Amino acid sequence: MEFKDYYAVLGVERDATQEEIKRAYRRLARKYHPDVSQEADADARFKELGEAYEVLKDPEKRLAYDQVGQGQRAGEDFRPPPDWDAGFEFRGGGYTQQGHSRGGYSAGGHSQEDSAAFSDFFESLFGQRRAAGFGPAASNGEPGSAGYRDRGAGLRGEDHHAKVSIALEDAYRGATRTLTLQSGEIDDQGRLRPRQRTLKVRIPKGVKQGQRIRLGGQGEAGMGGGPAGDLYLEIEFESHRRYQVEGRDVTLILPVAPWEAALGATIAVPLPEGSVELKVPSDSREGRRLRLKGRGIPGQPPGDCYVTLKIVLPPATNEDVKAAYRQLEAVANFDPRAAAEEKP
Amino acid sequence: MTIHDLTQVPVDNLDETPVLTLGELCRTCTVHAEWVIELVDEGVIVPDGRRREQWRFYGASLHRVRVVQRLQHDLGVNLAGAALALELMDEVARLRRRVGE
Repeated sequence: MEFKDYYAVLGVERDATQEEIKRAYRRLARKYHPDVSQEADADARFKELGEAYEVLKDPEKRLAYDQVGQGQRAGEDFRPPPDWDAGFEFRGGGYTQQGHSRGGYSAGGHSQEDSAAFSDFFESLFGQRRAAGFGPAASNGEPGSAGYRDRGAGLRGEDHHAKVSIALEDAYRGATRTLTLQSGEIDDQGRLRPRQRTLKVRIPKGVKQGQRIRLGGQGEAGMGGGPAGDLYLEIEFESHRRYQVEGRDVTLILPVAPWEAALGATIAVPLPEGSVELKVPSDSREGRRLRLKGRGIPGQPPGDCYVTLKIVLPPATNEDVKAAYRQLEAVANFDPRAAAEEKP
Repeated sequence: MTIHDLTQVPVDNLDETPVLTLGELCRTCTVHAEWVIELVDEGVIVPDGRRREQWRFYGASLHRVRVVQRLQHDLGVNLAGAALALELMDEVARLRRRVGE
């Protein structure tokens, strides 16, 4: 098991005051909160922060951690010495906020694929009792799940929430997706066990980025004859090299040669549903937006497709091209800065 | 491994028209109705319908409720703060789309 340097995680000195620790945690929590952060590893960082703060904010756990961690470096192999926690109040009663409260990322996680369990390192030091009492509760990521499981009979099953990624092309045509959900199940002995369920779902044509759909009765099974919960899916578009999507409107950048923009041209534009002939008017400028009505994501009404022209210059790699450029210079009487200065 | 085929199960589109009732929203977010009513009063989510029994929410409200829940719990912000954060996050998302990130 790897030793974790909680001070380094929070970016504080080992002799930091409790106030400094709190301030560091608050600042980093805002920075790495998965709802707010754009950092790629925000999820992992936020969990690590929560774990570090869980230990360092509590003077007693901090003291124990300091003692056991003397001379240890982050990433080094680590085994807690036997009876290392003798004399501490929390001994054997490893209480963590996790599992007792709910609703946030730091407590029980937010989605099936995202288990908010603390690291093995943490659990080996502070989590013994919890591990015995709660079993694999943390592997079911739904907030509040622990509290909602053991209510009497005849209860409606829990709703499930999950995200599904689809390609833009799938929004045009509709698609089927297979996803695996993690959930908990109470066995005959009343213990909570992790359970996997693999579902094949149909994504209707015309969905938008961030849209939600619901499959009635496809969540957790009810208990004691209660009805099943529902399955809520959030649709996420995979990012596409070529297209940008806003609502049902789709924008793409179309590279054109200077003569196509200047003289006008008919160009085959690749759309998610197949290519379409686009008429580029003569005297088109860089950045001109052309609209293909109703060619966005289908719906009532369908979105539009916007094509932004990007003029690409042929490189002057040989004498003929150079000569052509010189000839254009001679006849065009053109000062690009004159136009540019008019803009603010 | 068994794959449950749900392709024939009817799909409710939650953002085309508002369909979620106050009760459904509370149940699926595991929160009290009073708290959702506070969110409506604060303008964080806007239902269709005038009286509470007639309220219907869009799927997007579901997302907003869950984000506020997490921000309150994890960062200790109050309701007004969470509402402000949501608005700024929307703005950031809009600007990011515009610059093509």
